Amino acid sequence: MRYTKKNRRFTYNSQANPIQDIRMKIVVLGAGISGHTAAALLKKKLGRQHEVIVVSPSEYYQWIPSNIWVGVGRMSVEQVRFKLPRVYDRWGIVFKQAKAVSIHPEGDEEIKSGFVSVEYTSEGNKGKKEKVAYDFLVNATGPKLNFEATPGLGPGKNSLSVCSCDHASHTWDELKKAIGLMKQGKKQRFLIGTGHPKATCQGAAFEYALNLAFEFKQRKLSHLADITWISNEYEVGDFGMGGAFIKRGGYITSTKVFTESVLAENNISWIKRAGVIKVEPGLAHYETLDGSSNSVEFDFAMLIPAFAGQGMKGYGKNGEDITSRLFAASGFMLVDADYTPKPFEEWSVSDWPERYQNPSYPNIYATGIAFAPPHSISKPMKSPEGTEIFPSPPRTGMPSGVIGKIVAENISEIIKHGGTNHRHLANMGRMGAACIVSAGYSMTRGLGATMTVSPIVPDWEKYPDWGRDINATVGEIGLAGHWIKIFLHYMFLHKAKGYPFWWLLPE
Amino acid sequence: MSEKRITKANRDEFYPPIPTSGTKFWRSNFLYQMFKFFRLNLKIMRIVVKGHS
Ligand SMILES: Cc1cc2nc3c(=O)[nH]c(=O)nc-3n(C[C@H](O)[C@H](O)[C@H](O)COP(=O)(O)OP(=O)(O)OC[C@H]3O[C@@H](n4cnc5c(N)ncnc54)[C@H](O)[C@@H]3O)c2cc1C
Repeated sequence: MRYTKKNRRFTYNSQANPIQDIRMKIVVLGAGISGHTAAALLKKKLGRQHEVIVVSPSEYYQWIPSNIWVGVGRMSVEQVRFKLPRVYDRWGIVFKQAKAVSIHPEGDEEIKSGFVSVEYTSEGNKGKKEKVAYDFLVNATGPKLNFEATPGLGPGKNSLSVCSCDHASHTWDELKKAIGLMKQGKKQRFLIGTGHPKATCQGAAFEYALNLAFEFKQRKLSHLADITWISNEYEVGDFGMGGAFIKRGGYITSTKVFTESVLAENNISWIKRAGVIKVEPGLAHYETLDGSSNSVEFDFAMLIPAFAGQGMKGYGKNGEDITSRLFAASGFMLVDADYTPKPFEEWSVSDWPERYQNPSYPNIYATGIAFAPPHSISKPMKSPEGTEIFPSPPRTGMPSGVIGKIVAENISEIIKHGGTNHRHLANMGRMGAACIVSAGYSMTRGLGATMTVSPIVPDWEKYPDWGRDINATVGEIGLAGHWIKIFLHYMFLHKAKGYPFWWLLPE
Repeated sequence: MSEKRITKANRDEFYPPIPTSGTKFWRSNFLYQMFKFFRLNLKIMRIVVKGHS
């Protein structure tokens, strides 16, 4: 990679060319798990000589996994978030409280390098626009919570959410009302799950259902709660990763058995293969894979919306629309994945990206949920009416953090040593993930299901029997799971706040 | 309990394995769970470290 100071633009050639002597600008869009990890490491590795700029519409960092506990009143909003400017001031990172609107990788008349058009969201600056120039760009803008894709879905309409801490806090307010009615002896119907035929993040909704069951048990109100799990999974326990196999009780069993067991134990009934297509007050309409149309009544519904990209546009040097060179139709960013459409049977782990680099503009990367996956992980399914009903691929916290880390490492090595080599790779078909599903918040009576899979995307060539390393795949439920989840909450907030030895903590 | 279960016959909820009282005991046994806490953390760490180069 060659950097020419004259026009502040990268041109590619095969020569190694350290660019350490020039002050480089690395812009990170988004300060969630992935963007914050990338920004922190970039600054740590590049020091004062280079500039790291973070653009994010909120001044807060939030530890999203703990929103589940905000939604049942076990944690306050302030316990799951903190203000970013103080941390960034300490680290020497420039923070712009703004949202990215468009990317201009070729610059324009005025700015020769690539730049991002941003619009400020902070009080006092609201609506102000700016062009933020970059030498390297990391897009870590996460998902847009696409409530609009399902008519009637979402807070302010007919269902609730725990996807952000504000949503979760509102959900807790509604839950308090439901608990109040139950205390008066009124039975309440809870509908929890996915709110779109192609929604993902089943794990979070599943956690919320289990936490509700736990809270009712603690209050001795279980007999007045009718909890239903509704999901677009072919079988429960798919979790958007095609399910998994685990060793348990002398057998190799699927996560379907494990998940059904947990649901049945908690008196939660389930509707599977269901795509919610519309939500009315107290009534969710859904289509199932067999083609039938049904509806289910509820008093309280927490349904996860579909995810989409943030809807940023891309423009070329002369203002022409180049959005399709940067983003897939879903709005997520194109990276070094193999996007050629293929039948399920031909999918391979090599379809998945490992550098997270845009093919058209190599100084642009996308990390965490912001990158466009090549396809789903679960088998695609369609109803006779042609409605696709199956989970989109999840990208949980751990891979999001790991991807942010390797992108930061690669960029800093290119800046320090030149060349185009990406030494650090993270393919979801080689990377494992751990997920702790909270099933009740209490240090003595709480429960958590610890699930680990390796790799995340099944590799049927390497592991022809189970798709994954059966010895690395765990599914265990117990009090220890809750302790781990609590431990991770404090550990990741410690790391995100940049407290002593933060860099030693894993993603 | 039995009255409640019979109402579920032929429904999905009727068939999955349900933990015995022994399983429930070990799930919340402090010492056993302490052991699990360290063992599971170790497994998680191994997966994190192995996952990328
Ligand atoms: C309720 C819930 C529970 C979960 N529990 C777990 C769990 O237990 N374990 C686990 O591993 N994962 C869990 N996840 C998934 C995990 O939260 C995500 O994988 C992770 O947050 C993804 O990180 P990210 O950085 O890609 O996106 P995000 O964390 O969503 O961050 C995106 C960032 O981009 C910013 N942004 C948005 N638009 C723009 C824009 N236009 N310009 C600039 N910035 C922008 C946002 O403000 C935010 O700062 C859970 C998710 C949910 C919703």
